[in-house]
Amino acid sequence: MVHPTSSDTVPTHPVQPAPRLSMRARSALWVWSFLAIPVLFYCVIRFYPTFNAFWLSLTDWDLMSEAEFIGFENYRRMFADPNFWQTFRNTFEYLIYGTPISLLIAFIIAYYLDKVRFAHNFLRALYFLPYITTAAAMAWVWRWFYQPPPTGLINGALGELGFGQIEFLGSTTNALPSIMVTAIWAGLGFQIIIFMAGLRAIPDTYYEAARIDGLGDWAILRKITLPLLKPTTVFLVVFISIAFLRIFDQVYNMTTNDPGGPLGTTKPLVLMIYETAFSSYDMGYAAAQTVVLFTILLVVSLLQLWILRDRA
Amino acid sequence: MTSATETPGLAMPRINPKAIVRWTILFIGGVLMVTPLLYMFSTSLKTPGQIYDLRLIPAEPTIANYLEVLREGDFMRWFINSSIVAVVVTLSNLFFDSLVGYTLAKFQFRGRRFIFIAILSTLMIPTEMLVIPWYLMSAQFGWLDTYWGIMFPGMTTAFGTFLMKQFFETVPDDFLEAARIDGMNEFTIWWKIAMPLVTPALSALAIFTFLGNWTAFFWPLIVTTSKELYTLPIGLTSFAVEQAIRWEMIMTGAALATIPTLVIFLVLQRFIVRGVMLAGLKG
Amino acid sequence: MQKHFLMAGISAAACISAASSASAVEIEYWQYIYETRVEAMDQLIENFEEANPDITVNQVTFPYADYQTRIVAANMARKGPDVMQLFYGWADKFIAGNLIQPLPEDTFPAAQIEEEFFPIVSAMKRDGQYYGLPTAVRSLALFYNKDLFEEAGIDGPPETLDELVEYGKQLAVRNDAGNFETVGLTLDMAGQDHQWWREVLVRQMGGVPYNEDYTQVTYDDDAAGAEALEFYTNLQKKHGIGAPGFMDEGQAAFRAGRAAMTIDGTFRLGSFNDIEDFEWGVAELPANDEGVQSNYASYFANAIGSSAEGEELEAAVKFLEYISSDEAMQVWLEVVGELPARREAAMTNANMNDPIYGPFLAALPYAHTTLFVDEAAQRQTAIDMANRVFLQDQPVADSVAEAAEQEQAIIGAARD
Repeated sequence: MVHPTSSDTVPTHPVQPAPRLSMRARSALWVWSFLAIPVLFYCVIRFYPTFNAFWLSLTDWDLMSEAEFIGFENYRRMFADPNFWQTFRNTFEYLIYGTPISLLIAFIIAYYLDKVRFAHNFLRALYFLPYITTAAAMAWVWRWFYQPPPTGLINGALGELGFGQIEFLGSTTNALPSIMVTAIWAGLGFQIIIFMAGLRAIPDTYYEAARIDGLGDWAILRKITLPLLKPTTVFLVVFISIAFLRIFDQVYNMTTNDPGGPLGTTKPLVLMIYETAFSSYDMGYAAAQTVVLFTILLVVSLLQLWILRDRA
Repeated sequence: MTSATETPGLAMPRINPKAIVRWTILFIGGVLMVTPLLYMFSTSLKTPGQIYDLRLIPAEPTIANYLEVLREGDFMRWFINSSIVAVVVTLSNLFFDSLVGYTLAKFQFRGRRFIFIAILSTLMIPTEMLVIPWYLMSAQFGWLDTYWGIMFPGMTTAFGTFLMKQFFETVPDDFLEAARIDGMNEFTIWWKIAMPLVTPALSALAIFTFLGNWTAFFWPLIVTTSKELYTLPIGLTSFAVEQAIRWEMIMTGAALATIPTLVIFLVLQRFIVRGVMLAGLKG
Repeated sequence: MQKHFLMAGISAAACISAASSASAVEIEYWQYIYETRVEAMDQLIENFEEANPDITVNQVTFPYADYQTRIVAANMARKGPDVMQLFYGWADKFIAGNLIQPLPEDTFPAAQIEEEFFPIVSAMKRDGQYYGLPTAVRSLALFYNKDLFEEAGIDGPPETLDELVEYGKQLAVRNDAGNFETVGLTLDMAGQDHQWWREVLVRQMGGVPYNEDYTQVTYDDDAAGAEALEFYTNLQKKHGIGAPGFMDEGQAAFRAGRAAMTIDGTFRLGSFNDIEDFEWGVAELPANDEGVQSNYASYFANAIGSSAEGEELEAAVKFLEYISSDEAMQVWLEVVGELPARREAAMTNANMNDPIYGPFLAALPYAHTTLFVDEAAQRQTAIDMANRVFLQDQPVADSVAEAAEQEQAIIGAARD
């Protein structure tokens, strides 16, 4: 707390060259000199571009000619474009399957890992390691795993065991789950750590009290652990959902020869945005797609916060 | 699962069979998690003729691939680029995020709430929405294909600011007041008194920012165009595409991109895990 | 100290003025980075500057991925090049964006161009005016693995589509599990197969892929498009000659010695030249039963930037004249390995008898160029068209109709 009165009464330091400002004014001067650069940054690098993106989405700007206002034409075109709806569905497939699967696996591992003492740090490191890898690099490793014979590791192993081949990235049905697996794999380490932190934060006294009451492990999990873990879960649900809605690195790197997978079955919104903007240079149309992405992210975050809060 | 053996204080002469099963399953799961990494390293040590051989331990390990990649590719250059970008952005975030976080936590002033909410609201704006305007801006100012072009969007973040604000709120006012009475100016108070009190938060922020920038893909892919300016992930992608299906070379490139973070992690494991926990809980 | 600075300043100024009087005009030439192309251009610039001591040409290069954007960005900043290289398919966009200007009629009369160059240069012509001329062109051919052909007891490359199928069946090898060890012919729509389908197969089935100025998709107007796609997809579905996605990329499979044949362009010669494990050869693309042949040719043209005027324009015209001369084309062929765009420079005996360049050159008189508006997007429609048949068993005619509709939409969107 700043006490504005103290300086008026107690001039602790005689050396005061500048005309004496009140403590409040001096404090304000400090505040704004601290904030000047960041505030400028937020205005120029965050807020202005946001409004700019909204504006561009209403133009036909294509880098070549001046941007011309065309109203909601880009949006009309987008909603009439089957490719857009395909990427829209793909994006939600990543989200709807990816989020609960990630969450469930992460929780189960964290729950049991938390109870392990022997070589705990070692085990934890095994699970955490994928999180610190570069998605672009690991996408290529997975891409190699998924290759059809005679190249791919998984199909190679299946072949040695006498099984037929499985088409992964070249199949319209398997490609998206294959890519999703790599994204789940990469994110798991972080989620496990966060869940474990959440578990640690639950005071032991709760468990002791529950045991005295004679509750079994399952009942403790349901009645104590899960409810008390809710803030962690909410955080993770939002965090994972946003990550899946913005999935790009893996898809881009795993499908460079047919971007977005066979018949566009793995293409998420962000890849469509990237292609529209930086391959077709259709900037206005791409901006409209980013506005849709923004809206989805906003709605999903608000919805989840609202639903989970409601259940409290 | 019986509960008695679970408490950490107890010594474990009695070995609980359930605990062994649990440990084994967790261990197998953990090994599965690192399998892609293991195969990446293993393949990078194989000759082209051996790569479809499924053995994990190469029959005749060779570092020829590494030598060739380091000679042909521009990996050293990309490594330096990534380091420069990640370090500068991290330092900038440590400075500005904590300065703003501190100001918002410890000063009462008109507009405080407004600024806080304004900054926080930028968390809702996805990068993807900003890249087109950023690109236009960069083209106009000549920032395309420069270090500054790669770095400028991340120089300060709402996440970091929020995190630091949370931590500065736990710093007792008395400390700052005492310094004020000693005649320190506000900048010195922040730098000398407040900052040392939040080092755990600073290290958490540093880890997150560094990792995020080291692995960043989308914006560097757009803004960098010449090989000399690629960061490691972009360089790796272009390298992998060029190599077509020479998987042993691609795995070598992937390994080279992974090794730096791996080393950092192995050295600073406790630190990093604690940092992630801290940031995750407060952020 | 200050004096030194002053002196340095004066002498520097003197140098600058001396230099500028010696070479009165300085022009900028832009192209994308590709080692041999840059090298060839350095040579050409050297020759040109020797002949024109009052002109200096600065070569500026950018990575391919970034090249278009650079030109556009520079144009936004009014700092565009005087002469630039552009893919013929970008011409519409560049003309609409006012990035390039028409070649002056007096130096480059249209009639003369059409007489001296291969017909494909007409892709740079709009409303009777030429907007650029190529130094070199590329075409497609059939690459074949001589070792595998010998093993299978086949004497030479297929000359007709029937032979292609016949040989392909003999050359494909599967293991016990039924997976391909070697494919007869690579199937890779994302590579050059989409060009093969569009400009070659459709025409060989008696159709025309687009109307005269490429504003209308016409490959679905008759059965030709569907027949061409049927032929293509049957290579896998009926004949089992190859599989899409095998080894990820057709050229990779060929390089690895796991494909007996692949269709690819002149630009692949460089990378195939590194092959040491087997002998390979080049042949003209197979003809159909009636002997109809076709090919797809493409090129990078050199054009004059819209910002060039006065002295610079004059110098730019001179430079363009030189880099589209017979002499420049021979240099380009030797250094880059791309085919001369002028008949006279191309059709020399030495060139035509060359076992590698011969088949590519032979195709130029009958080759076509597709006027793409967005090559990546249009290629995608072809990839998807084939995938619908390969993966979803859609009837070929439906798939072709769907592709035509999508491609027409892309062309339509780009044209308004």
